[in-house]
Amino acid sequence: MTEIRQRLLRNAIGPMVPLTAVLLALIIGAFMVLAFGGDPIEGYRAMFSGAFGGWDELSETTLRATPLLLVGVGICIAFRSSVINIGGEGQIIAGALLCTTIVLVLPDLPRPVLLPLALLGGAVGGAFWGWMPGMLKAYAAVNEILSTIMLNIVAGYLMQFLLLGPMKDRQSEELGDIAQTERLSENAKLPTLLEGTQFNLGIVVAVLAAIVGFVLLWRTSLGFEMRAVGGNQIAAQYAGMRVKRNIVLALTFSGMMSGLAGAVLVLSSTAHRLSVESGPSGFTQLAGFNGIVAALFGALHPLWTIPASFLFGGLLVGAFALQRAVQVATPLVVALSGLVVVFVVSSESIVTRAREWAERVSQIAKGGSSSGNEPSTPLGATDPGSPRAPDSASEPESTQTPETSSETIVT
Amino acid sequence: MPANSLQSQSQPESQSESPSPPSPYLLEMRGITKQFPGVLANDRVDFNVKAGEVHTLLGENGAGKSTLMNVLYGLHQPDEGEVRMNGEQLSISSPSDAIARGIGMVHQHFMLVPTLTVTENVALGLKSDRRPLTDLPTVEKRITELSQAYGLQVDPNAYVWQLAVGERQRVEILKALYREVSLLVLDEPTAVLTPQEVEELIAVLRQLATDGRGLVFISHKLHEVMSVSDRITVLRDGHVSGETTPAETSREQLAQMMVGRPVKLVPDKPEVDVGEVKLVIKDLEVEGDRGNLAVNGISLEVLAGEIFGLAGVSGNGQRELAQAIAGLREAKSGTVSIDGTDVTNAHPSSVRKAGLSYVPEERMRDGVVSGFSVSENMMLLSRRESEFARFGFMRFGAIKEHSSNLVDRFAVKTPNIDTPTRNLSGGNIQKLILARELSSSPKVILAAQPTRGVDIGAAEYINEQLAKQKANGCATLLVSEDLDEVLALADRIGVIYEGRLMDVIDAKTATPHQLGLLMAGVAKAA
Repeated sequence: MTEIRQRLLRNAIGPMVPLTAVLLALIIGAFMVLAFGGDPIEGYRAMFSGAFGGWDELSETTLRATPLLLVGVGICIAFRSSVINIGGEGQIIAGALLCTTIVLVLPDLPRPVLLPLALLGGAVGGAFWGWMPGMLKAYAAVNEILSTIMLNIVAGYLMQFLLLGPMKDRQSEELGDIAQTERLSENAKLPTLLEGTQFNLGIVVAVLAAIVGFVLLWRTSLGFEMRAVGGNQIAAQYAGMRVKRNIVLALTFSGMMSGLAGAVLVLSSTAHRLSVESGPSGFTQLAGFNGIVAALFGALHPLWTIPASFLFGGLLVGAFALQRAVQVATPLVVALSGLVVVFVVSSESIVTRAREWAERVSQIAKGGSSSGNEPSTPLGATDPGSPRAPDSASEPESTQTPETSSETIVT
Repeated sequence: MPANSLQSQSQPESQSESPSPPSPYLLEMRGITKQFPGVLANDRVDFNVKAGEVHTLLGENGAGKSTLMNVLYGLHQPDEGEVRMNGEQLSISSPSDAIARGIGMVHQHFMLVPTLTVTENVALGLKSDRRPLTDLPTVEKRITELSQAYGLQVDPNAYVWQLAVGERQRVEILKALYREVSLLVLDEPTAVLTPQEVEELIAVLRQLATDGRGLVFISHKLHEVMSVSDRITVLRDGHVSGETTPAETSREQLAQMMVGRPVKLVPDKPEVDVGEVKLVIKDLEVEGDRGNLAVNGISLEVLAGEIFGLAGVSGNGQRELAQAIAGLREAKSGTVSIDGTDVTNAHPSSVRKAGLSYVPEERMRDGVVSGFSVSENMMLLSRRESEFARFGFMRFGAIKEHSSNLVDRFAVKTPNIDTPTRNLSGGNIQKLILARELSSSPKVILAAQPTRGVDIGAAEYINEQLAKQKANGCATLLVSEDLDEVLALADRIGVIYEGRLMDVIDAKTATPHQLGLLMAGVAKAA
């Protein structure tokens, strides 16, 4: 009985903690709104209804969540393989560029051919942009955090160069130097799912990608190897796995997902063209970074990343409603989402502590006494079987607790 | 003297307490109970030490030795029970309290700063008489006195990184003596020493006891326990399962007290007709991490149905040799071949394909993915075999069956096969690795320290399994620092010293003394 309850408690804590983290961030945010002379309750009401209050709001949130989810799934794949991919921005852009190029070159293909081809182009573009730092890490020992960040910048300038040069919209030439392509072929528009709303095929693609990501990581031998490499490179290598190949693959898959996000962003944009008018991050909506938060929010699990992306996307959309409603300065909105990020990212250690706490509570409920003192590291490594980490001490040792063997041998 | 200033710090406190009743014991721990979530680590444990005796604390991993000593050293607070020294009740809330009360501890993993000298390490954390300036010459003088008095030879001006393991241990002991401890706890002090060094250490410990100190000796090597102890307390599952003296007991009895059932200490050595050569190592040279020649021209052959024991003090090239065989480290020159296939500098997957199974030395680090479940770790090798994967997808039905099967067959103690491996005890992780490695029907087994840190019951089982593989015609290279283990299991014994094979001896004629000399680098003992 107690064991079942203990397990329930433990599993309930998992998703609860990121939610609590958001709540904490919002509470602190409330004080910030107060300090700016706004009414936080009114603000948050506006925020909520701005994100989830109606079909328009929901579809806006969905639009925002789609790239977050795609990038987030890629982040799950990379982080599970112990590869830190900060290159989502660049991979989105690379995907968008290749996708746009395909549509510009072959505008007259029928929709059932052009659309998959364009999405595929996005995936390939992003995959290439992930493959590069993967190769650099595996074969030249270049830290992937640095190389992916650098490649973000390279991608940004590459997009500016292409959109002002070979891919530039010839018709808008007389309007001056506007860095954008011409309007794309209608055959390449992502179809709307619900008449009269902005819901489009993009979210379906993203959810499918999340399922694919899950199946890849937990149902295939390849994913098994990637996770093994992520969990313990030495053990993986000694078990005969090709560690370098797996590192390259992890970054390639991760980039592929972001590239897909780039394609979806282009093909579902209202202007239906690739434009860098408001800078590269104006196009990506910073999904390359926010997707990391969504993935962490979803406990680095592709399926949990689905609700996480919706929640985080809603937060981003709602924050602007809040700003309009209570008339606070725009930076406050940025600060608020920053707070959420900090709390969500630090929630992992909160999870660990909450688990400890839950175990202790159920211990007390079981009748055992418990002091406030945490079991710290034991003497040395002599007794690896003695209680170590509190979350690991519970199960296996319980088979050899003193109650089970009371006989004493005295010589 | 700095040490006196330390003594005087604790003096006023102890005087302020009520006059203590005379007690025959230096240390008395009464009814210590310590509960951790899910585990009763100490259950009303009584343990005491008289001045002038060596009292051994014996028990398997997880029996509660560390918890008891952590309570003594102020790292844990007991839920119940009391600690008395010289009859006076203490509450020790931190290691600095313990040190102030005259309790010293030599940890298994030395707590020394490698970039400082011996003197600096000893002075570390003590108040100098000339503060804020240091007073190292005084410290050095005292170290020299102490090391002469107890035969703890060490150069006070040497840097710790320059010292051999045995010397570092002496520094740890000197550190404690410098702080004028009355009670010294030594946690597995012999694990890193050669047999000769162990004898020296035991002599030092006896002398420390004779001078009126109380010593707590923690070990699981039964013959050492028998030779050093005045008294022995055995812990099992958190409670005292017996207290005895070496005169009243035997190694077999001690093992039984530790495990709770009769244990076969010396495994049966099946007589197997040796077959053809399975593992050939020829003139192998391998570089160590620092670019030194860690393996310096080793040649050996292991036959089918034979266990070749490679003995030696840790750090003499065993790790590099094992890694080179498994394809994890580049061989500079020479060849390795397994069952007729040349696998020199081949990828680990090719080496495995040639028929090698490898039980690595650092099992937590190299042998398992600790975040993976038991079942996932069982699949680490056979993840792509058609039985367990089809079209790239894993077949969970077959995997589950296979894993449960192995868990049963190899007696891995785990709640279920989905338990994260890091929750298992060291012995059970080792059984898991053995189950995985041996189930792939290997031709050559490379087992590095297979029973280190493993409790007696599991060690007995692991040894049985190795003997079984031998009977199946497997060639085994057993790398071990534990001479008893090598002598008990191996058919031939090679001794490695500074990357060279000193000699190869038939196990039937080998003696610990002879092997010990070879391990210390003394060439062929007549």
